[in-house]
Amino acid sequence: MRRRHFLTAALSMPFLGTAGRLYALPAPSAPRLLIVFMRGAYDAANIVVPVSSDFYYAARPTLAIPKGQALHLNNDWGLHPALKDSLYPLWTKAQIAFVPFAGTDDLTRSHFETQDTIELGQPVGGSRDYRSGFISRIAASLAGSDPIAFTSNLPLSFRGAKPIPNIALNFTGKPAVTGNDVELIQAMYQGLELAPAVAQGFAVQEEVYQVISAEMQAANRNAVSPKGFELSAQRIAILMRDKFNLGFVDVGGWDTHVNEGSADGYLANRIGELGRGLALLASTLGDDWDNTVVIVVSEFGRTFRENGDRGTDHGHGSVYWVLGGKVKGGKIAGRQVGVTEAALFQNRDWPVLNDYRGLIGCVLQKAYGLNSGKLGTIFPSVQPDDLALI
Amino acid sequence: MRIVGPASLLSVLLLVACAPTTTAPPSPPIQPQFHAVAESSAALDTSPTDIAVLNRLSWGAETSDAQLLRREGLQNWVNRQLNPSADDGLPADVAAQITAMEIGQKTLVQVNDEVRDMRDAAQAKKGTPDFDAGQKAYQQKLNNLAREAATRSLLRDLYSRNQLKEQLTWFWMNHFNVSQNKNDIRVLIGDYEEHAIRPHVLGKFRDLLAATVVHPAMLEYLDNFQNANGHINENYAREIMELHTMGVGSGYTQNDVQQLAHILTGMGVNMSGQPPKMQKSQRGPYFGAGLTLFNPNRHDFSDKLFLGITIQGAGLREIDQAVAILAAEPATAYFVSRELAEYFCCDAPPASLVSSMAATYLQSDGKIASVLRTLFASSEFKASLGQKFKDPTHYAVSALRAAYGQQVILNVQPLLNWLNRMGEPLYGHETPDGYSMEEAAWSGPGQMETRFEIARMIGLGHSGLYKLPQDAGPEPAPPPLILQTHYYEAIAPNLSPATVSALNKGQNPADKNLLFLASPEFMRR
Repeated sequence: MRRRHFLTAALSMPFLGTAGRLYALPAPSAPRLLIVFMRGAYDAANIVVPVSSDFYYAARPTLAIPKGQALHLNNDWGLHPALKDSLYPLWTKAQIAFVPFAGTDDLTRSHFETQDTIELGQPVGGSRDYRSGFISRIAASLAGSDPIAFTSNLPLSFRGAKPIPNIALNFTGKPAVTGNDVELIQAMYQGLELAPAVAQGFAVQEEVYQVISAEMQAANRNAVSPKGFELSAQRIAILMRDKFNLGFVDVGGWDTHVNEGSADGYLANRIGELGRGLALLASTLGDDWDNTVVIVVSEFGRTFRENGDRGTDHGHGSVYWVLGGKVKGGKIAGRQVGVTEAALFQNRDWPVLNDYRGLIGCVLQKAYGLNSGKLGTIFPSVQPDDLALI
Repeated sequence: MRIVGPASLLSVLLLVACAPTTTAPPSPPIQPQFHAVAESSAALDTSPTDIAVLNRLSWGAETSDAQLLRREGLQNWVNRQLNPSADDGLPADVAAQITAMEIGQKTLVQVNDEVRDMRDAAQAKKGTPDFDAGQKAYQQKLNNLAREAATRSLLRDLYSRNQLKEQLTWFWMNHFNVSQNKNDIRVLIGDYEEHAIRPHVLGKFRDLLAATVVHPAMLEYLDNFQNANGHINENYAREIMELHTMGVGSGYTQNDVQQLAHILTGMGVNMSGQPPKMQKSQRGPYFGAGLTLFNPNRHDFSDKLFLGITIQGAGLREIDQAVAILAAEPATAYFVSRELAEYFCCDAPPASLVSSMAATYLQSDGKIASVLRTLFASSEFKASLGQKFKDPTHYAVSALRAAYGQQVILNVQPLLNWLNRMGEPLYGHETPDGYSMEEAAWSGPGQMETRFEIARMIGLGHSGLYKLPQDAGPEPAPPPLILQTHYYEAIAPNLSPATVSALNKGQNPADKNLLFLASPEFMRR
């Protein structure tokens, strides 16, 4: 049953709870797209490590990942060892690419301002329309898209003319408000601006509960159940496999001003959890991983030199990731520059050579065949970069 | 530690130096009991505007505050909200419960000493079978301290007669957000709210800002305790300018951020209970108060050029000066006014309204009560009554006030759980920007459905609010009878026909409660 039908049917009949897949799969030609936002500006230079740069080791006396411990990507780059069993296998299968020197043209170095910049996807410097996020515009441009935010709050990127559901992945229990009360509540909202959100809230909670509970019952005999982001990622995979095809999730805790650690320590633990979650997402999607693209972004990079507290401060250029079963990965993509002191932006940060809009625009163009007119409504006056990833 | 009388320092720093101590012996814990509170039988003939203003300036209209407002008259009631008396008018058992709390009986230094001893004792057992139990007890202690703070805060939100003051306490806690999930901030959060924020919520913005600058919770949360000459950490400096005072894009530069970071060097904490292990400084005195420590050996004494003003290297006095400069900035007046307008009036408040509030700010030396007076007198404020979408805390607290009035809850845990589920945990926002106050941040499909589930739990009446956590067995509380309160009678004429029709179809009191709390009208204030 597609949601279009479900929305009207939900009002008139009790939900048919059955195990297994309840919904038609998204059309095979339309790949699933998941955007993962690392809020807090992760220290990209310590995750995708410029191992051939002497300056890297000079600038980070306590933080640098020792050469021998970085996982070999190519002669210039290595991967953080905490990703050895999760993302590195995807690299060797050529299912993940890294795009260094990536980011925005927002120079505020403010987390919140720059997160807003990315989520709105509007030109920097103009007046901002806070009711129009870029994922909402993607949803409006793609016929057959079924979007969802896997967040307890609706992120800015999803704001738009049409409501998009959000669902907190740690509360996917059986809906408690049912039957007659659903009808009466919807009647109170009839004709009001919030009416679609109310209707969708009931429908999605029920859908998510059905999909997740069926899957979890089937999987319960497998011993250890995942926690934290891994649990979220598993649920995302189930929901995107069976139901939704345009998703968003955010992961926080990257603002490492103090004691961020190196091959071990705080950042290693955080990135390890994220990596395990994404690997679990890929394996849970199974065959559908081939028809999935995940883009991982963060608002900016951090100062290239470590600060006085074994941490890093707000910087500029970051490293974005693109992964999926059919992504042309196993490479460091996009425009690049040698990692030297002279190459630093304002003598402190990585420069941005690959705009996030060009990167995401490229994926949209290749994966969905969006023409430049439609792309222009998503990211005004931005040319997609051909990073040859899809 | 050599404590030096900081004759030249801001009075607020002196205040911290004499942080309240209490020598009263701990009282036995209060055992509150469930008891119904009879409402005065006199019906309310409060005007719709009165109820709407009450609803906006309080944590939600309820019968007894509406009766109070009616007796005093709207103008007097608003004046009293803007100039609250020291007595919050809490019910006696609530006041006693708050007084008896560990965080009310002990100073922050005493509490920290005990916590540190527990941690050290637990650490000493490393490698023994007792280690895990010690760690658990230590974490439990931290959780209990934070829970006391949350309980105190929510009880005041529910029952204080100084409702505007309690709303502003939440508002400024959010503006100067710290997260209890970082480090040991659970030890500090109650003191931060009680001594840095709450005394200043209607006073001068400069005093409020200064109180946060010297509080260990903020110094830890934004890493300034690590900021030292030669080891600059600009995290706090940036957020002061971006989030606490001027606002991003208001004209300051990266260089101003760096200069402020240098000004803030040496301002940190001393949690050790020992005198700081430092050489005597030739540059200036240490300044210590409570857990706050200004260490001249870590301070950069060079002159700074901050926002175009030269600040001579002088230690702590530089911070004083920077706080005064920031508080007097027109950009700060505008930024702070805009946030107040967004919270107390409307999303995207018109620039003309914010400008007139900012003008009041500058004329009154940043007096928050005066800025609010300008807002409350505006036509935009009147036009916005009943329109502002409630954030989750407003939603949950107003629902309890509507349902139970002054019938004091015995356990705040259900309320804390609901705030978690709705994505607005108390003291739980991880990043320094605080929660959004815009409707769009809280009205998504998943969020609406969660509200309805909470409405149902409150409507049913046995969600654990009236049962002490340790009590097994069923809860003695019946479902509330919202539709039979005077509060409901007063607002009923404003309900839409669709809402009235749905309420009429409710099958029993619990069902009617759910429908009322789920209604479009109840989502707004």
